Amino acid sequence: MSHVPGLIQSIERSSAVLRLLAAGPGRLRVKEVADALALPKSTAHSILRTLEHVGFVEQDPNTARYRLGRGLLDLGADGQDGLIDLNELRGRALNWADALAARSGEEVRIGALRDDRVVVVHHVFRPDDSAQSLDTGRLLPTHATALGQVLLAYNAPAVEAAVRSGLEAYTRGTLTAPAALARSLSATRERGWALSVEEWEAGRAGLAAPVRSFGGLVVGAIGISGPVERLCDTRRQARPAQVEHVLTTARAISRDLAAS
Amino acid sequence: MTDRYVLAIDQGTTSTRCILFDRRATVVAVAQGEHPQSYPKPGWVEHDAARIWRDVQRLIKRALREAGIGSSQVAAIGIANQRETVVVWDKATGTPVAPAIVWQDTRTSSLVERLDGDLIRSRTGLPAATYFSATKVQWLLDNGLRARAERGELLFGTMDSWLIWNLTGGLHITDVTNASRTMLMDLTTLEWDDELLGLFDIPRAMLPEIRSSAEVYGTALDGVPIAAAIGDQQAALFGQTCFSPGEAKCTYGTGGFLLLNTGTAPVRSSHGLITTVGYRIGSGEVAYALEGSIAIAGSLVQWVRDGLGLITTASEIETLAATVDDNGGCYIVPAFSGLFAPYWKSEARGVIVGLTSYINKGHIARAVLEATGWQTRDVVEAMNADSGLTLTALNVDGGMTADNLLMQTIANFLQVPVVRPMVAETVSLGAAYAAGLAVGYWSDLRDLRNNRHRAGRWLPAMDEQRRASEYANWKRAVESAVVFSS
Repeated sequence: MSHVPGLIQSIERSSAVLRLLAAGPGRLRVKEVADALALPKSTAHSILRTLEHVGFVEQDPNTARYRLGRGLLDLGADGQDGLIDLNELRGRALNWADALAARSGEEVRIGALRDDRVVVVHHVFRPDDSAQSLDTGRLLPTHATALGQVLLAYNAPAVEAAVRSGLEAYTRGTLTAPAALARSLSATRERGWALSVEEWEAGRAGLAAPVRSFGGLVVGAIGISGPVERLCDTRRQARPAQVEHVLTTARAISRDLAAS
Repeated sequence: MTDRYVLAIDQGTTSTRCILFDRRATVVAVAQGEHPQSYPKPGWVEHDAARIWRDVQRLIKRALREAGIGSSQVAAIGIANQRETVVVWDKATGTPVAPAIVWQDTRTSSLVERLDGDLIRSRTGLPAATYFSATKVQWLLDNGLRARAERGELLFGTMDSWLIWNLTGGLHITDVTNASRTMLMDLTTLEWDDELLGLFDIPRAMLPEIRSSAEVYGTALDGVPIAAAIGDQQAALFGQTCFSPGEAKCTYGTGGFLLLNTGTAPVRSSHGLITTVGYRIGSGEVAYALEGSIAIAGSLVQWVRDGLGLITTASEIETLAATVDDNGGCYIVPAFSGLFAPYWKSEARGVIVGLTSYINKGHIARAVLEATGWQTRDVVEAMNADSGLTLTALNVDGGMTADNLLMQTIANFLQVPVVRPMVAETVSLGAAYAAGLAVGYWSDLRDLRNNRHRAGRWLPAMDEQRRASEYANWKRAVESAVVFSS
């Protein structure tokens, strides 16, 4: 088996498995894949299981044969829609999001990118029984919210789209200069969380962190929002305890998503 | 002073969970373990009670370890349990003498057919059905255990009794909510009924003593009070803090369980709903409840996934349903094994009606979600009619509350707000609340209510005229399910 030094052998082999499944009528047994590529059966099996995990192959539960998976078709889909079903994301995050609201004392939102905006996938009320209304399905600006900044920080084309459509000013604090936004997103990547203070609404702040699927893919963001003084200290820096609550929750959801 | 916690044991049909709550009712630790279901013959469903007790011991340890606390920091233990499931064990050795017969088990259908339904209903509030404990005990006695039972060597209990007996090292008691599901308890005196015991030929000596849902029964783990036992659906009602008449909760899982607090007098249903005990705190007054079930809710979504292959995960039903604006005139009545309350037509079969070439899978998905909404409305209307109370809000829990469109649909169809609480673990929370109350960890019902926070609330937003015409269409769809009886 020839292998070019410096390239990753397992990726070459995985690509060969995909081409093999794409070439014929599909539906091959593990042994047939192993024989065709002169691989040990255990190696072929590991590759097929990994590809199944990421959605690129599927196993027929009745025949145990493998075929190309739906995830490959989704590669051609627009934007991020192929990454995860947003209702699935809500279902998986539900209990974690409730716990975040209880611990932080603030309202919680989960967001994902849709048409260059943040769509609110899930909303948990602030636990004080004040009158609040559900925000699920609402669209928020990317550059002016912590949720949006997290989603932009890990998605360069989305940043370009946001800049192209113009960085609208909502408050005096909104980042409207592309360079300022780029600096802020770079800081978000370094920290692993975003803080936006009075960038969208006066008196209010948001704190958010990425939710990742397998391989580190960012599929959404989860965060809290509330009055500046509850999320920040007197120097308008994020309160460490609140950052910890958000990060712990985001990691827990990510672990859950990556494991499935 | 070290922090103290309340431990809830939720012994359910497929799994057991041990959850530690703090004073603010926040979940501090969760340990969960599944146990096998045994189906030795068609219609039979059994559990290994000894295995479940071992699971409980292991999970308690794990929950304490996860929280990093010792048993001295547990203020009380509360038990919520799968209801009606029958365990019979040897009084001397503590060993189960037969597999536990699970509530779903239908082996006793021929025994049930011979029963006087009116007598059973007037005495116990229950329809005569295999679901409840009495015929299961009768079956065990008839199949080899009668002599030993009559010699006083055997004890019967539902899961709460079995766990209390083991935890305390030999106390044989049950709580009034669990007792109300046996088909052996008089719903007004709250005592075992001698006539019913005679009817099922069950020796009184094998029955546990009936106690309230919240009092110190005994101790476990070197002195921790066991201070609550309550059936799981009643626990959810209590955990949702439905303490006043007219307050109701619905748990949406594979099916749905709707319980309405009807106050201190039992309401007899003329629509085939179940009259049951909601809870009783110590020597306080009994709170009764009406119970109605939605036979097919999440399981209809599973059927769309596994039977039709229209979706790959249950959550996708909402995504698919959101691709269209309405049902397009399509209705699904999921009478897979008949229609239950308030229709009670066991021969009815499921139908999909209103099909035209315009209908696509999005409309089907919407009709699937709407079926759960209309079934809820049917049960609520029956409850309103029976109780004379008018539901003002529906408190929801369970896996399907993640479905935003479904929750909005239910609010629209019921014309009342639908409220999701911050603590999703309402069954465990109910057991913890009852136990915490009994030992003074929480002072009173108001104290508990202060812990309750809304995580979400869906307000009705549907034109009244459209709501009426859609409901009329649903009723016609139900009629066609009856026409299509097997």
